[in-house]
Amino acid sequence: MLALLFAVAAGLVGSFALMKRMLLAGDVISHLALPGFGLAFLLKINPLLGAATTLFLGTLLIWQLQKKTGLATESAIGVVFAAALGIGAAITPSDELIEALFGENHATSLLGFLLGAFAVAFIIAAIWKLRDQLVLTLFSPELAMATGVKVDRVDLFFLLLFSSTILVGLRFMGALLAGSLIILPAAIGRRLTNKMSHFLIASSVASAVSVGAGLLLNAMVPKFGAGPSIVMVAALLFAICLFK
Amino acid sequence: MQGLAKTILSVQGLTVNLDGRSILSGLSLELHAGEMLAIIGPNGAGKTVLLKTLLHLLPYKGEIHWVESARIGYVPQRVAADRQLPLSASDLLNAEARFLKLSQADIERAATVTNLTAELLSANIGILSGGQFQKILIAAALLGRPNVILFDEPTASLDELTEERIYELLNRIKEERGITVVLVSHDLSVVYRYATTVLCIGKGKPCFGPPKEVLTPEALEALYSAPPKFYRHLQDHHGV
Repeated sequence: MLALLFAVAAGLVGSFALMKRMLLAGDVISHLALPGFGLAFLLKINPLLGAATTLFLGTLLIWQLQKKTGLATESAIGVVFAAALGIGAAITPSDELIEALFGENHATSLLGFLLGAFAVAFIIAAIWKLRDQLVLTLFSPELAMATGVKVDRVDLFFLLLFSSTILVGLRFMGALLAGSLIILPAAIGRRLTNKMSHFLIASSVASAVSVGAGLLLNAMVPKFGAGPSIVMVAALLFAICLFK
Repeated sequence: MQGLAKTILSVQGLTVNLDGRSILSGLSLELHAGEMLAIIGPNGAGKTVLLKTLLHLLPYKGEIHWVESARIGYVPQRVAADRQLPLSASDLLNAEARFLKLSQADIERAATVTNLTAELLSANIGILSGGQFQKILIAAALLGRPNVILFDEPTASLDELTEERIYELLNRIKEERGITVVLVSHDLSVVYRYATTVLCIGKGKPCFGPPKEVLTPEALEALYSAPPKFYRHLQDHHGV
């Protein structure tokens, strides 16, 4: 259930990320969690707490870099990503590194479930509330500003929602694959439709179908792992869309 | 007439520096309700910078005072919108209307004034022509029921016929709704035809006043550092 809700959030966030041409950032931002995992293992605290800390600090750093230096989002993300990956790989013990990269299959605690569900519901509601400002900013940041949209703030909120989505995904997808659910369903949605509202719905549905079918596949062939199964289904859906 | 009209914008000692370069220095002007102010000057003189500064989009020194009742619409010189966005004019106008808490009737009114058909409204922005795209920008600017509109070269890169139509539309909006217009234009014939006041910025001291008084051959020559061919041409045609 949580996974399906997460899928919808990832589909929505992915749709706007695609329109902002920052889809690949999903893959990259997820790696910001790595130094957090490493630190958490060293300090013996909850790894997700460590991941959340570095993920959000990294996000703020990206926002500041693009605002202060005028770097494009992708360049700012690239700089922070490279640094995070280096630090993360250096300080994370190698066994834990594999788990951090590919996700874990432990059962979720009730608290973990509730926190995850709350986070995902918040992400979906926030994207819905921000959608008009996101659309105006996408069309023209300058015109949006003249209309009264606080473009800087919208950019920051979006980056934070983006990172939150990744954070929820880290648990079962791992740092390497958490970004895939932002990328693939949005690409499927865009391939299927040219209309904004249809696009948002198609991406969310494609994402939910990938997660549902992926988890089913994982139940049948457990050695695949949840994350890789979901990604394989999503990639297959995309391939089918190519024949549209 | 202008003596009686209400001052809608007052600018005092406006100075703008960008990246350490002085763009505008000590500019002062007043704009009255119902006027059409044309801003002219050579490329790089700071015309677009002035409009953006009036919209508080750029940092400045000096005073920019809009009356409280001013509702400002803005049509930028160009919008570098990603033409591959799955976005229609209708999506855009709806997003703006919801953000500004306006009704569906407001959208319909803006679309009617700018002759946007249902077909154009639902078309993806990527397939629109330059003129159609410009109409959408004007509709978006009109949506918030502005009483002042800032136009930055609304017809750059359009063919002559489309240009003519856009200016007619602009003039109609101004006449019918009594909207105050600030227009950046390179086209001196348009300035002569429609503007009530001209501000020229560029080399030397800025000039400000009615077109007939301000746009003398000497002033144009000083402004553009070139012989004022336009002026003579217009004198022949319009008896300016």
